[in-house]
Amino acid sequence: MITLAGVSKIYDGLRVVDRLDLDIAAGSICVIVGPSGCGKSTTLRMVNALIAADEGRIIVNGQDVREADPASLRRGIGYVIQSAGLFPHWSIADNIATVPRLLGWPRDRIAARVAELIRLVGLDDGDMAQRRPHQLSGGQQQRVGVARALAADPPILLMDEPFGALDPVTRRALQDELIAIHRATAKTIVLVTHDMDEALKLGERIVVMEEGRIVQDGSPAAIATAPVNDLVRDFVGGEEAALRLLARGTVADVMRPPGATRQTATIEPGATLGVALARMVASGHGELGVRDEAGREIGVIALADLAPGRRP
Amino acid sequence: MSVATRRPLFIIAALFGALLLLLPFSGPLFHMLFPTLDRPLYSRASFLELTLSHVALVMAATAAATLIGVAAGIFVTRAAGRRARPLLLAVAAIGQTFPPVAVLAIMVPILGYGGGPTLVALFTYALLPIIANTITGLEGIDHNVRDAADGMGFTPTARLVQVDLPLAAPVIIAGIRTATIINVGTATIGSTVGALTLGSPIIEGLSGSNPAYIVQGALLAGLLAVLIDRSFELFAAA
Repeated sequence: MITLAGVSKIYDGLRVVDRLDLDIAAGSICVIVGPSGCGKSTTLRMVNALIAADEGRIIVNGQDVREADPASLRRGIGYVIQSAGLFPHWSIADNIATVPRLLGWPRDRIAARVAELIRLVGLDDGDMAQRRPHQLSGGQQQRVGVARALAADPPILLMDEPFGALDPVTRRALQDELIAIHRATAKTIVLVTHDMDEALKLGERIVVMEEGRIVQDGSPAAIATAPVNDLVRDFVGGEEAALRLLARGTVADVMRPPGATRQTATIEPGATLGVALARMVASGHGELGVRDEAGREIGVIALADLAPGRRP
Repeated sequence: MSVATRRPLFIIAALFGALLLLLPFSGPLFHMLFPTLDRPLYSRASFLELTLSHVALVMAATAAATLIGVAAGIFVTRAAGRRARPLLLAVAAIGQTFPPVAVLAIMVPILGYGGGPTLVALFTYALLPIIANTITGLEGIDHNVRDAADGMGFTPTARLVQVDLPLAAPVIIAGIRTATIINVGTATIGSTVGALTLGSPIIEGLSGSNPAYIVQGALLAGLLAVLIDRSFELFAAA
């Protein structure tokens, strides 16, 4: 879906992005992570031509970015930035309608799409559509930012530290929603962050960058358990990386069929593996019974099931 | 805008209207105040005529300065015009520093007596605040908003019209307001070279030692400035 071949960006003789090769498959979530100044944002902004590459080729959806008309290229790529960047003089509905309006959709189609998106991002209470951005909390603004990016149903979503300015609770909620949106829409998502927890939670594939180059590229488990160098090791938090990985996946993903005896300590199938571990630590039991809402035991999960290698 | 904040404007407008209406009949009053004067009421032109001519001069000069100032401000904040910016600001600053009287003196040999030199002086004077505020307004837009607009796929022109100018409008309007208020006062000087303004009774009163004329012109000119200043609040809130 997105291919970067030998792409460089040079500022004052310095290679901010240095001969980068990257191939991002359709329908995946790829997280580019690295310390500030590693070139990750520059890389992202070259994909929608907000920054022009100095060397190499970038192909998006079969089209060379350099040869495309920038405005029409960008209308086909969703773009979400850290502070949402909503248009303060427009209502929430008008903000969400930005790209459909630029594309000249008929009025009733835009209205229907806006209503649909406001529901999708969970803002469909009361008069939200007619409010102005400054009347919304940071988390709500960022939800609008995501809705605006999705409005014209682009196949690709670029996200530049989208949740970086939010408090931890809101950030986690929005991360969960992004995972849900990805499951529902199968968009190709490229997300840039400096937060390894976020990368390990969201990424199907993680690209670690340093000084304009890719230092490691792999699955979250591979990055967390087999870092290629000290930078990546430090970045994933050394030994504790295994704990961070627990934010991915739920109990239902790894549980085994229930045994003959009912477990005394229990967990819900929808809980994350991190919650399962916490429950084990708190209860002192190495094995938990997985109970559904009706209280039936539908499986068991043991400490050994939490090891990265055991998981999908 | 609420009725409460609009009321001062209404009161000032009523006051100005009443003054304009009643001043022609105020001969006896000014005769009482200044008993030594033969002609206590300015009569070379009607006060209404003076006011209309005054307002027309200010509006024409400020409108021209707005048109050119905003266009110039937009130009030097685009990539193509960035290099012309120091030059533009320097020229506009000279226009602002030059005393209006000097501009009048220079323009009279070229344009002759009447409204022409005043128009040029007012235009020159209004340019700097309008250009400066246009630049400030356009550059003061949150860079995240601009980044988002570009990322959404606005063309440069669409972004200017739909995002940049609406967001910069309050600052640009403030510049036009400053320019207009300066010009309402400055226009009075135009009467030294034959322009018909509310400065005409003032100038004639000063040269002919007629304090009654000065009071009549100053009252109207002062109240007009306040009235126009207030009107901008209505405009800014719209």
